[in-house]
Amino acid sequence: MVDGNRGTSLAFDRVTISQHEISDEIAKIQADSPKGAPLLDFPPYRSSLLRHPTKELQFVDPEGAELLAPVFGHSDVAPIEADLTIQRGGEPIGERIRVHGRVLDGDGRPVRRQLVEIWQANAAGRYTHQGDQHPAPLDPHFTGVGRCLTDDDGWYSFTSIKPGPYPWRNHHNAWRPAHIHFSLFGTDFTQRLITQMYFPGDQLLALDPIAQSITDPAALSRLIATYDHEQSEHEWLLGYRWDIVLTGSHATYLEPSDD
Amino acid sequence: MTETPGQTVGPFFHHALAYPGDSELVPFGSAGSVVLHGYVYDGAGNAVPDAMIEIRQADASGVVPAVGGSLRRGGAAFTGWGRSCTDAAGHYWFSTVEPGLPFFAVTVFARGLLDRLFTRIYLPGAANAVDGLVAAREADGRLRFDIHLQGPSETVFLKFPRT
Repeated sequence: MVDGNRGTSLAFDRVTISQHEISDEIAKIQADSPKGAPLLDFPPYRSSLLRHPTKELQFVDPEGAELLAPVFGHSDVAPIEADLTIQRGGEPIGERIRVHGRVLDGDGRPVRRQLVEIWQANAAGRYTHQGDQHPAPLDPHFTGVGRCLTDDDGWYSFTSIKPGPYPWRNHHNAWRPAHIHFSLFGTDFTQRLITQMYFPGDQLLALDPIAQSITDPAALSRLIATYDHEQSEHEWLLGYRWDIVLTGSHATYLEPSDD
Repeated sequence: MTETPGQTVGPFFHHALAYPGDSELVPFGSAGSVVLHGYVYDGAGNAVPDAMIEIRQADASGVVPAVGGSLRRGGAAFTGWGRSCTDAAGHYWFSTVEPGLPFFAVTVFARGLLDRLFTRIYLPGAANAVDGLVAAREADGRLRFDIHLQGPSETVFLKFPRT
Protein backbone atom coordinates (compact mmCIF):
# COMPACT_ATOMS: atom_id res chain seq x y z
CA MET A 1 0.00 0.00 0.00
CA VAL A 2 1.64 3.20 -1.16
CA ASP A 3 -0.30 5.57 0.97
CA GLY A 4 -2.01 3.89 3.87
CA ASN A 5 -0.74 6.61 6.18
CA ARG A 6 1.27 4.20 8.25
CA GLY A 7 4.10 2.97 6.11
CA THR A 8 4.92 5.55 3.53
CA SER A 9 8.26 7.06 2.61
CA LEU A 10 6.57 10.45 2.75
CA ALA A 11 5.50 9.69 6.27
CA PHE A 12 9.07 8.77 7.17
CA ASP A 13 10.04 12.46 7.49
CA ARG A 14 7.10 13.13 9.71
CA VAL A 15 8.06 10.79 12.50
CA THR A 16 10.69 13.24 13.72
CA ILE A 17 7.99 15.82 14.54
CA SER A 18 6.97 15.57 18.18
CA GLN A 19 3.50 15.58 19.69
CA HIS A 20 4.55 18.77 21.46
CA GLU A 21 5.16 20.52 18.15
CA ILE A 22 1.87 19.27 16.70
CA SER A 23 -0.02 20.35 19.83
CA ASP A 24 1.59 23.81 19.59
CA GLU A 25 0.46 24.12 15.97
CA ILE A 26 -3.07 23.09 16.96
CA ALA A 27 -3.17 25.61 19.85
CA LYS A 28 -2.08 28.49 17.59
CA ILE A 29 -4.82 27.75 15.05
CA GLN A 30 -7.44 27.29 17.76
CA ALA A 31 -6.57 30.67 19.29
CA ASP A 32 -8.28 32.18 16.22
CA SER A 33 -12.04 32.10 15.88
CA PRO A 34 -13.29 28.60 16.69
CA LYS A 35 -15.21 26.84 13.91
CA GLY A 36 -17.85 24.17 14.23
CA ALA A 37 -17.00 22.46 10.94
CA PRO A 38 -13.56 20.91 10.52
CA LEU A 39 -11.03 23.25 8.91
CA LEU A 40 -10.14 21.74 5.55
CA ASP A 41 -6.83 23.59 5.66
CA PHE A 42 -5.42 22.17 8.89
CA PRO A 43 -1.63 21.65 8.66
CA PRO A 44 -1.27 19.68 11.93
CA TYR A 45 -3.01 16.88 9.98
CA ARG A 46 -0.19 16.53 7.48
CA SER A 47 -2.19 14.57 4.91
CA SER A 48 -4.50 17.58 4.47
CA LEU A 49 -1.72 19.84 3.11
CA LEU A 50 -2.20 19.01 -0.57
CA ARG A 51 -5.78 17.78 -0.31
CA HIS A 52 -7.80 20.86 0.64
CA PRO A 53 -9.24 23.37 -1.82
CA THR A 54 -7.83 26.88 -1.58
CA LYS A 55 -10.65 28.69 -3.41
CA GLU A 56 -13.92 29.68 -1.80
CA LEU A 57 -16.72 27.21 -2.25
CA GLN A 58 -19.13 28.48 -4.89
CA PHE A 59 -22.64 29.14 -3.68
CA VAL A 60 -25.46 27.51 -5.67
CA ASP A 61 -29.10 26.69 -5.07
CA PRO A 62 -29.69 22.94 -5.06
CA GLU A 63 -31.52 21.56 -8.09
CA GLY A 64 -32.76 18.29 -9.46
CA ALA A 65 -30.85 15.30 -8.12
CA GLU A 66 -29.40 17.41 -5.30
CA LEU A 67 -32.84 17.66 -3.70
CA LEU A 68 -33.32 13.93 -3.27
CA ALA A 69 -31.01 11.55 -1.39
CA PRO A 70 -30.67 7.97 -2.59
CA VAL A 71 -33.23 5.59 -1.13
CA PHE A 72 -32.30 2.29 0.55
CA GLY A 73 -34.57 -0.48 1.70
CA HIS A 74 -34.73 -3.96 3.14
CA SER A 75 -33.45 -5.40 -0.13
CA ASP A 76 -30.23 -3.48 0.51
CA VAL A 77 -29.53 -4.29 4.16
CA ALA A 78 -30.14 -7.44 6.19
CA PRO A 79 -30.87 -6.98 9.92
CA ILE A 80 -27.90 -9.22 10.79
CA GLU A 81 -25.52 -6.60 9.38
CA ALA A 82 -26.13 -4.42 12.45
CA ASP A 83 -24.44 -6.98 14.73
CA LEU A 84 -20.66 -6.96 14.21
CA THR A 85 -20.16 -9.69 16.80
CA ILE A 86 -21.81 -12.52 14.89
CA GLN A 87 -20.47 -12.15 11.38
CA ARG A 88 -17.63 -14.65 11.31
CA GLY A 89 -18.83 -17.79 13.06
CA GLY A 90 -17.26 -17.00 16.42
CA GLU A 91 -17.01 -14.40 19.16
CA PRO A 92 -14.66 -11.49 18.49
CA ILE A 93 -12.34 -10.57 21.34
CA GLY A 94 -12.89 -7.33 23.23
CA GLU A 95 -15.34 -5.26 25.20
CA ARG A 96 -18.84 -5.88 23.79
CA ILE A 97 -20.79 -2.66 23.24
CA ARG A 98 -24.00 -1.34 21.78
CA VAL A 99 -23.99 2.06 20.09
CA HIS A 100 -27.40 3.54 19.44
CA GLY A 101 -28.97 6.90 18.78
CA ARG A 102 -31.08 8.93 16.43
CA VAL A 103 -30.40 10.49 13.06
CA LEU A 104 -32.15 13.88 12.81
CA ASP A 105 -32.14 16.58 10.20
CA GLY A 106 -31.27 20.20 10.92
CA ASP A 107 -34.90 20.94 11.74
CA GLY A 108 -35.07 18.16 14.31
CA ARG A 109 -37.05 15.73 12.20
CA PRO A 110 -36.08 12.04 12.30
CA VAL A 111 -34.39 10.68 9.19
CA ARG A 112 -36.50 7.59 8.56
CA ARG A 113 -35.55 4.31 6.92
CA GLN A 114 -32.20 5.59 5.78
CA LEU A 115 -28.84 3.83 5.46
CA VAL A 116 -26.19 4.03 8.19
CA GLU A 117 -22.80 2.43 7.45
CA ILE A 118 -20.00 1.99 10.02
CA TRP A 119 -16.44 0.70 10.07
CA GLN A 120 -13.88 0.44 12.82
CA ALA A 121 -10.67 -1.17 14.08
CA ASN A 122 -10.82 -4.28 16.25
CA ALA A 123 -10.15 -4.32 20.00
CA ALA A 124 -6.39 -4.31 19.34
CA GLY A 125 -6.60 -1.25 17.10
CA ARG A 126 -6.21 -3.05 13.76
CA TYR A 127 -8.42 -2.74 10.69
CA THR A 128 -9.33 -5.61 8.40
CA HIS A 129 -7.78 -3.69 5.51
CA GLN A 130 -4.70 -4.50 3.45
CA GLY A 131 -3.37 -1.01 3.98
CA ASP A 132 -3.25 -1.48 7.74
CA GLN A 133 0.03 -3.24 8.55
CA HIS A 134 0.51 -2.12 12.12
CA PRO A 135 1.76 -5.00 14.26
CA ALA A 136 -1.38 -5.72 16.24
CA PRO A 137 -3.39 -8.93 15.81
CA LEU A 138 -6.23 -9.33 13.36
CA ASP A 139 -9.31 -10.95 14.84
CA PRO A 140 -10.57 -13.77 12.59
CA HIS A 141 -14.06 -13.24 14.03
CA PHE A 142 -14.30 -9.52 13.38
CA THR A 143 -14.58 -7.51 10.16
CA GLY A 144 -15.42 -4.19 11.81
CA VAL A 145 -18.04 -3.44 9.16
CA GLY A 146 -21.76 -2.87 9.76
CA ARG A 147 -24.88 -1.44 8.15
CA CYS A 148 -28.42 -0.76 9.22
CA LEU A 149 -31.49 1.24 8.30
CA THR A 150 -32.91 3.78 10.73
CA ASP A 151 -36.42 3.04 11.96
CA ASP A 152 -39.50 5.25 11.63
CA ASP A 153 -38.28 7.50 14.46
CA GLY A 154 -34.74 7.79 13.11
CA TRP A 155 -33.19 5.30 15.55
CA TYR A 156 -30.18 3.18 14.65
CA SER A 157 -28.45 0.52 16.77
CA PHE A 158 -25.25 -1.51 16.33
CA THR A 159 -23.78 -4.25 18.49
CA SER A 160 -20.00 -4.35 18.28
CA ILE A 161 -16.66 -4.48 20.09
CA LYS A 162 -15.04 -1.35 21.47
CA PRO A 163 -12.32 -0.38 18.98
CA GLY A 164 -8.77 0.12 20.22
CA PRO A 165 -6.69 3.26 19.65
CA TYR A 166 -3.95 2.83 17.07
CA PRO A 167 -0.68 4.44 16.01
CA TRP A 168 -0.26 6.35 12.76
CA ARG A 169 2.55 8.29 11.15
CA ASN A 170 1.34 11.86 11.24
CA HIS A 171 4.15 12.59 13.72
CA HIS A 172 6.27 10.77 16.28
CA ASN A 173 4.24 8.69 18.75
CA ALA A 174 0.94 9.71 17.12
CA TRP A 175 -2.14 7.74 18.23
CA ARG A 176 -5.69 7.99 16.99
CA PRO A 177 -8.30 8.01 19.76
CA ALA A 178 -10.67 5.03 19.64
CA HIS A 179 -13.38 5.78 17.08
CA ILE A 180 -16.08 4.35 14.86
CA HIS A 181 -16.49 5.75 11.35
CA PHE A 182 -20.11 6.61 10.43
CA SER A 183 -21.52 7.23 6.95
CA LEU A 184 -24.95 8.89 6.80
CA PHE A 185 -27.55 10.07 4.33
CA GLY A 186 -30.47 12.43 4.83
CA THR A 187 -33.45 13.12 2.62
CA ASP A 188 -31.55 15.59 0.38
CA PHE A 189 -28.35 14.64 -1.43
CA THR A 190 -26.78 17.77 0.17
CA GLN A 191 -27.13 16.28 3.67
CA ARG A 192 -24.49 13.61 3.06
CA LEU A 193 -22.17 13.17 6.04
CA ILE A 194 -19.18 10.98 6.87
CA THR A 195 -17.77 11.44 10.35
CA GLN A 196 -16.24 9.64 13.33
CA MET A 197 -17.74 8.86 16.73
CA TYR A 198 -15.44 9.03 19.75
CA PHE A 199 -15.73 7.61 23.27
CA PRO A 200 -16.11 9.66 26.48
CA GLY A 201 -13.01 10.29 28.56
CA ASP A 202 -10.49 9.45 25.85
CA GLN A 203 -7.24 11.28 26.70
CA LEU A 204 -6.04 10.98 23.10
CA LEU A 205 -8.75 13.30 21.75
CA ALA A 206 -6.93 16.46 22.85
CA LEU A 207 -3.78 15.30 21.04
CA ASP A 208 -5.42 14.21 17.79
CA PRO A 209 -5.11 16.57 14.81
CA ILE A 210 -8.07 14.99 13.01
CA ALA A 211 -10.49 15.57 15.93
CA GLN A 212 -8.92 18.95 16.74
CA SER A 213 -9.53 20.18 13.18
CA ILE A 214 -12.95 20.99 14.66
CA THR A 215 -11.66 24.01 16.51
CA ASP A 216 -14.80 24.74 18.55
CA PRO A 217 -14.79 22.42 21.60
CA ALA A 218 -18.60 22.48 21.79
CA ALA A 219 -18.78 21.22 18.20
CA LEU A 220 -16.18 18.52 18.82
CA SER A 221 -18.18 17.37 21.84
CA ARG A 222 -20.99 16.49 19.42
CA LEU A 223 -18.79 13.66 18.11
CA ILE A 224 -18.38 12.09 21.55
CA ALA A 225 -20.87 9.43 22.62
CA THR A 226 -22.21 9.28 26.17
CA TYR A 227 -22.20 6.17 28.31
CA ASP A 228 -25.80 4.93 28.49
CA HIS A 229 -26.40 2.60 31.41
CA GLU A 230 -30.01 2.00 30.34
CA GLN A 231 -28.66 0.32 27.23
CA SER A 232 -26.07 -1.75 29.07
CA GLU A 233 -27.15 -5.34 29.54
CA HIS A 234 -26.57 -7.45 32.62
CA GLU A 235 -23.51 -9.67 32.17
CA TRP A 236 -23.48 -8.91 28.46
CA LEU A 237 -22.54 -5.46 27.09
CA LEU A 238 -22.05 -1.73 27.70
CA GLY A 239 -24.30 0.84 26.05
CA TYR A 240 -23.40 4.12 24.37
CA ARG A 241 -25.73 6.79 23.01
CA TRP A 242 -24.80 9.02 20.07
CA ASP A 243 -27.26 11.21 18.18
CA ILE A 244 -26.40 12.65 14.77
CA VAL A 245 -27.81 15.88 13.34
CA LEU A 246 -27.50 16.41 9.60
CA THR A 247 -27.81 19.77 7.84
CA GLY A 248 -31.28 21.04 7.02
CA SER A 249 -33.31 19.76 4.12
CA HIS A 250 -33.80 22.20 1.24
CA ALA A 251 -36.84 20.42 -0.10
CA THR A 252 -39.03 21.59 2.78
CA TYR A 253 -37.20 24.81 3.56
CA LEU A 254 -38.68 28.28 3.07
CA GLU A 255 -36.07 30.99 2.80
CA PRO A 256 -36.37 33.55 5.58
CA SER A 257 -38.04 36.64 4.12
CA ASP A 258 -37.55 40.26 5.12
CA ASP A 259 -41.18 41.03 5.82
CA MET B 1 -30.51 22.22 15.63
CA THR B 2 -26.74 22.33 15.37
CA GLU B 3 -25.32 19.84 12.96
CA THR B 4 -22.82 17.12 13.75
CA PRO B 5 -19.42 17.97 12.24
CA GLY B 6 -17.83 15.80 9.56
CA GLN B 7 -14.48 14.03 9.71
CA THR B 8 -12.20 12.53 7.08
CA VAL B 9 -13.17 9.17 5.61
CA GLY B 10 -9.60 8.10 6.47
CA PRO B 11 -7.52 5.44 4.69
CA PHE B 12 -9.38 2.29 5.70
CA PHE B 13 -12.87 2.65 4.22
CA HIS B 14 -12.69 0.28 1.26
CA HIS B 15 -13.69 -2.92 3.05
CA ALA B 16 -16.76 -1.14 4.43
CA LEU B 17 -17.96 1.16 1.67
CA ALA B 18 -16.95 -0.54 -1.59
CA TYR B 19 -19.21 -3.37 -2.76
CA PRO B 20 -19.77 -5.38 -5.96
CA GLY B 21 -21.55 -3.27 -8.53
CA ASP B 22 -21.16 -0.04 -6.56
CA SER B 23 -20.14 1.97 -9.63
CA GLU B 24 -22.44 0.23 -12.13
CA LEU B 25 -25.75 2.10 -12.03
CA VAL B 26 -26.42 0.09 -15.17
CA PRO B 27 -24.35 -2.93 -16.26
CA PHE B 28 -21.08 -2.00 -17.95
CA GLY B 29 -21.46 -2.16 -21.72
CA SER B 30 -25.25 -2.48 -21.68
CA ALA B 31 -27.35 -0.83 -24.38
CA GLY B 32 -27.70 2.91 -23.81
CA SER B 33 -25.01 3.02 -21.13
CA VAL B 34 -22.24 5.56 -20.88
CA VAL B 35 -19.04 5.57 -18.85
CA LEU B 36 -18.37 8.62 -16.68
CA HIS B 37 -14.78 8.58 -15.45
CA GLY B 38 -11.77 10.61 -14.44
CA TYR B 39 -8.81 10.96 -12.12
CA VAL B 40 -8.52 12.59 -8.70
CA TYR B 41 -5.38 14.68 -8.09
CA ASP B 42 -3.86 16.48 -5.13
CA GLY B 43 -2.28 19.95 -5.14
CA ALA B 44 1.05 18.58 -6.41
CA GLY B 45 -0.65 16.86 -9.33
CA ASN B 46 -0.24 13.41 -7.81
CA ALA B 47 -2.99 10.82 -8.03
CA VAL B 48 -5.19 10.37 -4.96
CA PRO B 49 -5.50 6.58 -4.57
CA ASP B 50 -7.73 6.73 -1.50
CA ALA B 51 -10.61 8.94 -2.59
CA MET B 52 -14.25 7.97 -2.97
CA ILE B 53 -16.68 9.60 -5.40
CA GLU B 54 -20.47 9.33 -5.18
CA ILE B 55 -22.94 10.46 -7.83
CA ARG B 56 -26.68 11.11 -7.77
CA GLN B 57 -28.61 11.66 -10.98
CA ALA B 58 -31.86 11.59 -12.88
CA ASP B 59 -32.68 8.79 -15.29
CA ALA B 60 -32.64 9.41 -19.05
CA SER B 61 -36.14 10.89 -18.95
CA GLY B 62 -35.23 13.41 -16.23
CA VAL B 63 -36.84 11.64 -13.26
CA VAL B 64 -34.73 11.32 -10.10
CA PRO B 65 -35.51 7.79 -8.89
CA ALA B 66 -36.58 7.18 -5.30
CA VAL B 67 -36.21 3.41 -5.26
CA GLY B 68 -33.98 1.11 -3.21
CA GLY B 69 -31.59 -1.49 -4.52
CA SER B 70 -28.30 0.39 -4.92
CA LEU B 71 -26.40 -1.96 -2.60
CA ARG B 72 -27.65 -5.17 -4.24
CA ARG B 73 -28.27 -4.27 -7.81
CA GLY B 74 -29.14 -7.66 -9.25
CA GLY B 75 -32.26 -7.08 -11.32
CA ALA B 76 -33.06 -3.85 -9.54
CA ALA B 77 -34.50 -0.77 -11.17
CA PHE B 78 -32.29 2.19 -11.97
CA THR B 79 -31.59 3.87 -8.61
CA GLY B 80 -29.72 6.97 -9.77
CA TRP B 81 -26.96 6.61 -7.18
CA GLY B 82 -23.50 5.07 -7.25
CA ARG B 83 -20.13 5.02 -5.53
CA SER B 84 -16.60 4.57 -6.92
CA CYS B 85 -13.40 4.27 -4.88
CA THR B 86 -10.31 5.47 -6.75
CA ASP B 87 -7.68 2.89 -7.72
CA ALA B 88 -3.90 3.19 -7.31
CA ALA B 89 -3.81 5.61 -10.27
CA GLY B 90 -6.50 7.83 -8.74
CA HIS B 91 -9.05 6.65 -11.31
CA TYR B 92 -12.79 6.49 -10.68
CA TRP B 93 -15.50 5.35 -13.09
CA PHE B 94 -19.23 4.79 -13.33
CA SER B 95 -21.31 2.89 -15.84
CA THR B 96 -24.58 4.79 -16.07
CA VAL B 97 -26.98 6.57 -18.40
CA GLU B 98 -26.86 10.22 -19.42
CA PRO B 99 -29.28 12.00 -17.11
CA GLY B 100 -32.28 13.84 -18.53
CA LEU B 101 -31.34 16.73 -16.20
CA PRO B 102 -28.15 18.62 -17.05
CA PHE B 103 -25.73 17.41 -14.38
CA PHE B 104 -24.57 14.61 -12.11
CA ALA B 105 -24.54 15.69 -8.44
CA VAL B 106 -21.19 14.65 -6.95
CA THR B 107 -19.72 14.16 -3.47
CA VAL B 108 -15.96 13.75 -2.92
CA PHE B 109 -14.30 12.05 0.06
CA ALA B 110 -10.61 11.24 0.63
CA ARG B 111 -8.03 10.51 3.24
CA GLY B 112 -6.51 13.90 4.06
CA LEU B 113 -9.76 15.68 3.21
CA LEU B 114 -11.35 16.60 6.54
CA ASP B 115 -14.92 16.99 5.27
CA ARG B 116 -16.82 16.02 2.13
CA LEU B 117 -16.90 18.30 -0.88
CA PHE B 118 -19.78 18.77 -3.31
CA THR B 119 -19.50 19.50 -7.00
CA ARG B 120 -21.43 18.89 -10.24
CA ILE B 121 -20.51 17.28 -13.53
CA TYR B 122 -22.51 18.80 -16.40
CA LEU B 123 -23.14 17.02 -19.67
CA PRO B 124 -21.30 18.49 -22.65
CA GLY B 125 -23.36 21.31 -24.18
CA ALA B 126 -25.55 21.82 -21.11
CA ALA B 127 -27.09 25.27 -20.91
CA ASN B 128 -26.29 27.39 -17.83
CA ALA B 129 -23.50 25.07 -16.65
CA VAL B 130 -21.29 26.30 -13.81
CA ASP B 131 -17.96 27.31 -15.40
CA GLY B 132 -15.37 24.55 -15.27
CA LEU B 133 -17.80 21.78 -14.37
CA VAL B 134 -18.54 20.36 -17.83
CA ALA B 135 -17.45 16.82 -18.74
CA ALA B 136 -15.47 16.26 -21.94
CA ARG B 137 -16.72 13.78 -24.54
CA GLU B 138 -13.88 11.42 -25.45
CA ALA B 139 -13.46 9.89 -28.89
CA ASP B 140 -14.86 6.55 -27.68
CA GLY B 141 -17.96 8.23 -26.24
CA ARG B 142 -16.97 8.16 -22.58
CA LEU B 143 -17.50 11.25 -20.42
CA ARG B 144 -14.32 12.49 -18.73
CA PHE B 145 -14.10 14.70 -15.67
CA ASP B 146 -10.96 15.02 -13.53
CA ILE B 147 -11.13 16.29 -9.97
CA HIS B 148 -8.31 18.47 -8.62
CA LEU B 149 -8.52 18.92 -4.86
CA GLN B 150 -6.04 21.81 -5.04
CA GLY B 151 -3.70 23.60 -7.43
CA PRO B 152 -3.91 25.64 -10.63
CA SER B 153 -6.68 23.43 -12.01
CA GLU B 154 -8.55 23.21 -8.71
CA THR B 155 -12.11 21.98 -9.22
CA VAL B 156 -14.96 24.33 -8.40
CA PHE B 157 -16.57 22.95 -5.23
CA LEU B 158 -20.03 23.99 -4.15
CA LYS B 159 -21.97 25.00 -1.09
CA PHE B 160 -25.71 25.19 -0.67
CA PRO B 161 -27.92 27.50 1.43
CA ARG B 162 -28.14 24.96 4.24
CA THR B 163 -24.71 23.32 4.14
